[in-house]
Amino acid sequence: MSPIPLWRRYDRLLGLDPSADVKDELRFHIESKVDELVGKGWSREDARKEAERQFGNILAVQHVGERIGEHMDRRRRFSDYWADTVRDFRFTLRTLRRDAGFTVIAILILTLAIGANISVFAVVNTLLLRPLPFPDAHQLVRLHRKDLKAGDFSTDAMQSFQQQTKSFQQVTGYFAFSGPDDVKLTGHGQPQPVTGMMVAGNFFPTLGITPVLGRDFTAEETLKNSRPVALLSYPFWKRQYAADASIVGKTIGLDGTQVTVVGVLPDTFDFGAVFAPGTRVDLFTPAILGDMEDWGNTMALVGRLKPGVTLGRAQAEAALIFPKLLMNNKHPENGGKYDATLDGLKDYVSGKLRQSLIVLWCAVGMILLIACVNLSNLLLARAAARAREFAMRTALGAGRTRIVRQLLTESLVLSLSGAVLGLAMAWAVVAWLAHQESIALPLLSSLRIDSASLAWTLLIAVAASLFFGLAPGLRLTSGNLQSVLADNGAGSGQSGRHDRVRSTLAVSEIALACVLLVGAGLLLRSFLHVLDVDLGFEPSRAAAISVSYDDTGGVAKRGVTLQQIIQRIEQIPGVETAGISDELPMSANRTWGIAPKGWDYKKQPFPDTFVYVVTPGYLHAIGMRIVAGRDFTWGDNDKNLGAVIINETVARGMWPGQDAVGKIANVNGSDARVIGVVGDVHETSAETAAGWQMYVSQIAPQPQFGPVGANLVIRTKLPPASLGSAVMTVLREINPQQPANEFKPIQMLVDHASSPRRFFVILVGAFASLGLLLAALGIYGVISYSVTQRTQEIGIRMALGATSSQVQLRIIAKTLRLALIGVFVGAIASFFLSRAIAALLFNTAPTDPVTFAAMVLILGLVALLAGFVPARRASRINPIQALRNN
Amino acid sequence: MDTAKLEFLRGTLDVLILKALIWGPLHGYAITSLIRRQSDDALLVEEGTLYPALWRLENKGLLEADWGLSENNRKAKFYRLTAGGRRQLRQEVKTWEAYATAVAKVLGATQPPLPEQMA
Repeated sequence: MSPIPLWRRYDRLLGLDPSADVKDELRFHIESKVDELVGKGWSREDARKEAERQFGNILAVQHVGERIGEHMDRRRRFSDYWADTVRDFRFTLRTLRRDAGFTVIAILILTLAIGANISVFAVVNTLLLRPLPFPDAHQLVRLHRKDLKAGDFSTDAMQSFQQQTKSFQQVTGYFAFSGPDDVKLTGHGQPQPVTGMMVAGNFFPTLGITPVLGRDFTAEETLKNSRPVALLSYPFWKRQYAADASIVGKTIGLDGTQVTVVGVLPDTFDFGAVFAPGTRVDLFTPAILGDMEDWGNTMALVGRLKPGVTLGRAQAEAALIFPKLLMNNKHPENGGKYDATLDGLKDYVSGKLRQSLIVLWCAVGMILLIACVNLSNLLLARAAARAREFAMRTALGAGRTRIVRQLLTESLVLSLSGAVLGLAMAWAVVAWLAHQESIALPLLSSLRIDSASLAWTLLIAVAASLFFGLAPGLRLTSGNLQSVLADNGAGSGQSGRHDRVRSTLAVSEIALACVLLVGAGLLLRSFLHVLDVDLGFEPSRAAAISVSYDDTGGVAKRGVTLQQIIQRIEQIPGVETAGISDELPMSANRTWGIAPKGWDYKKQPFPDTFVYVVTPGYLHAIGMRIVAGRDFTWGDNDKNLGAVIINETVARGMWPGQDAVGKIANVNGSDARVIGVVGDVHETSAETAAGWQMYVSQIAPQPQFGPVGANLVIRTKLPPASLGSAVMTVLREINPQQPANEFKPIQMLVDHASSPRRFFVILVGAFASLGLLLAALGIYGVISYSVTQRTQEIGIRMALGATSSQVQLRIIAKTLRLALIGVFVGAIASFFLSRAIAALLFNTAPTDPVTFAAMVLILGLVALLAGFVPARRASRINPIQALRNN
Repeated sequence: MDTAKLEFLRGTLDVLILKALIWGPLHGYAITSLIRRQSDDALLVEEGTLYPALWRLENKGLLEADWGLSENNRKAKFYRLTAGGRRQLRQEVKTWEAYATAVAKVLGATQPPLPEQMA
């Protein structure tokens, strides 16, 4: 940028006019020509005519000149404007450096507020706004049944639907019961637990995922008795095989079987992120549908719509097809009668979180608002101090727009600095969040600051700077020049008006903070209620580990093995009791059918019933209550009549008003006597009601009662983690092939289920605390400023006999008055706004009086504290000094 | 007159103006007379094209203008070369000379060119 030539500054003063310049220039030319002709002896009149004739169309030339002149003028103005901006910017940097304390606080406030906003935006963008990481993701649809977490459909139902549908290009599915660490990887020293996932052969083509290495499953590989194959997930390939490309085509040992690796999936594909939040999947094997016909409803379905087909049309078609589908085509008597709800995959993944995220977004927006009000307040205080400087500049000819522009430059510099630091903060937060595998939020691993987040940052930074810079700017320039210049800075009308504006700002900050606090308080109370829920089992002091044993010798041998495991484990000092179940509560769950014997399924089917295949002692080990009847024993192995334990909901549903114990039921196609009734267990999460549940024995000889794994649960008085190695030693002695599975406290499963709520509570709580801090700062600023302004007045009062405690009281009373108005307005606003989050609350009324009272109390106390500091300062004013100054 | 020819003429006028200003600042009227005298009255620059050309060059930043007093004590707009204008002049002179040489070669030829050698 070259400096502006000196003359340009003056031509502006004379009023530069491009068209007048053009006229002058052309007139000069004509005059010179006339002079020349006159010199050659022409008469002046003829000479003028001749000169004009020679020139030709003078108006056209003049027109061209005006156009070019205007163009140049515009450019000149722009470069002047730019030069002004650069000057403003330099000046701003100088002023801000001089006032370092103010600058640091302002930038800090903005960094926190903008950083929080960017972080939340990144989460919202990933979960709500951005499409799923699949090609044409809008075509992907999740088909599921009402109120079921995992297994929805049988393989026969899946295949029949695929044959009949006209809305879907493809329908695919995955086996919903692949728990974490359910496969042993053998071949390298100790067997290693890995998580495998069985998917239908067309799973990856349907999603539009192609392996980065090797190939997808072939059709033959999904048939019975085919060569076993697997696809590796990218992170697993990197971790386990150091990204060695030659692994493709080699075999690896999985549960003792040699499995050929056919390919590696791309880095962008994270199964857990989309389908099972909070879990990772290491490898994929094809679901051999021919082997799975008798397994019941084990498949979770995903489909890809044909182009142009709407969800509504597909839903209408599904409503026609699904009720006619059978669970098992070879056994129509097992029923079926499916219903199917279709959701866009995106909605299915993040739909439940939509409201929480919007609340979070609003909360963080409110933080930004409070920060802006706070800065407005700080800038006003500064503006009051700089009023004379600006009045002087106005007197010297600076226009109002010029001064507002200067102030806006200042606020823009502040907010952009805040935005840059906030971006760094958000980057750290986002990087941390993306690695929180324990938070069961979908897509969390794909969290990042992308271009949309950057655009959002710029938008809020500029909007914020306008918001907090414009008000003080206009305020400052609207004052009476003379009164400011004459003002000695104390007690004049101008400062009084500033004071009122600043008080209003502080009150609105408190009101906003109050709304935030009430919202956070309600969510916190809900969370505490969730923690308080009677789950139907005792998660504390219990832990579980996935056990592997040789299950090839039939039910009798299984009984012996399991009994041996449990006995040996129970001998470990500290272990009170132990038991085994195939599935644990609050993890995957599968359903079977149950009905009183002789019940006509077709007339009135009962709800699908969650089933757990357990050993004697398991119910005790996990801490469930037996309400009636008894637990299983190792002797419950009647081949003709099985044994089943049901929960209270099933007992009420099937035999209302009767004693269920001793009744005979048909369980998954086999008869069983009800030997006990247990209390309901929250099988999905503390917040969802318990469903129909039943328990059959691991040693039941009925082939229909097979378990899908073995989780050893122990109950202990010691911290569960301290027993991990002892338990592992025993398991290895019994089975050297036992993989090094994680020894998980049961509490972890419960925490995992409540982790989204915990996540939101922590975030909203953090925002509310930030809001409280900002509001406290705001009120402190106002009171402290008014004390400074009134030093003289206070001095006079004290000289006239006011005691220091009287002075203190007056100031604290003023603080409380501001706080009370703010809290009053905030409480009324909360009263109406809290209805908006009613759906997020659990056992808590949106107008919960305890929360409201507590928040009012907290705000009052904080305000008191914020007022106390300046009040103390005021009480120590030395009257003589105060009067002598100024 | 077709446009191609106009463009050619305008380019020529630009380089003549730049050259005229190499001796020092001049107003528009002086530029015409300088060009006329220097070309022994062969080149007469029309006012209708001179001024638009001057403004265009000023707009491009090749010239700078300033109001001053003329030799007969009238307020006149004086143009002078900027550094960019000088550079442009050197460039244009080179181009012009190359062009003139090429045209001269063709016009001064006494026999048709040899048939082109096939590579």
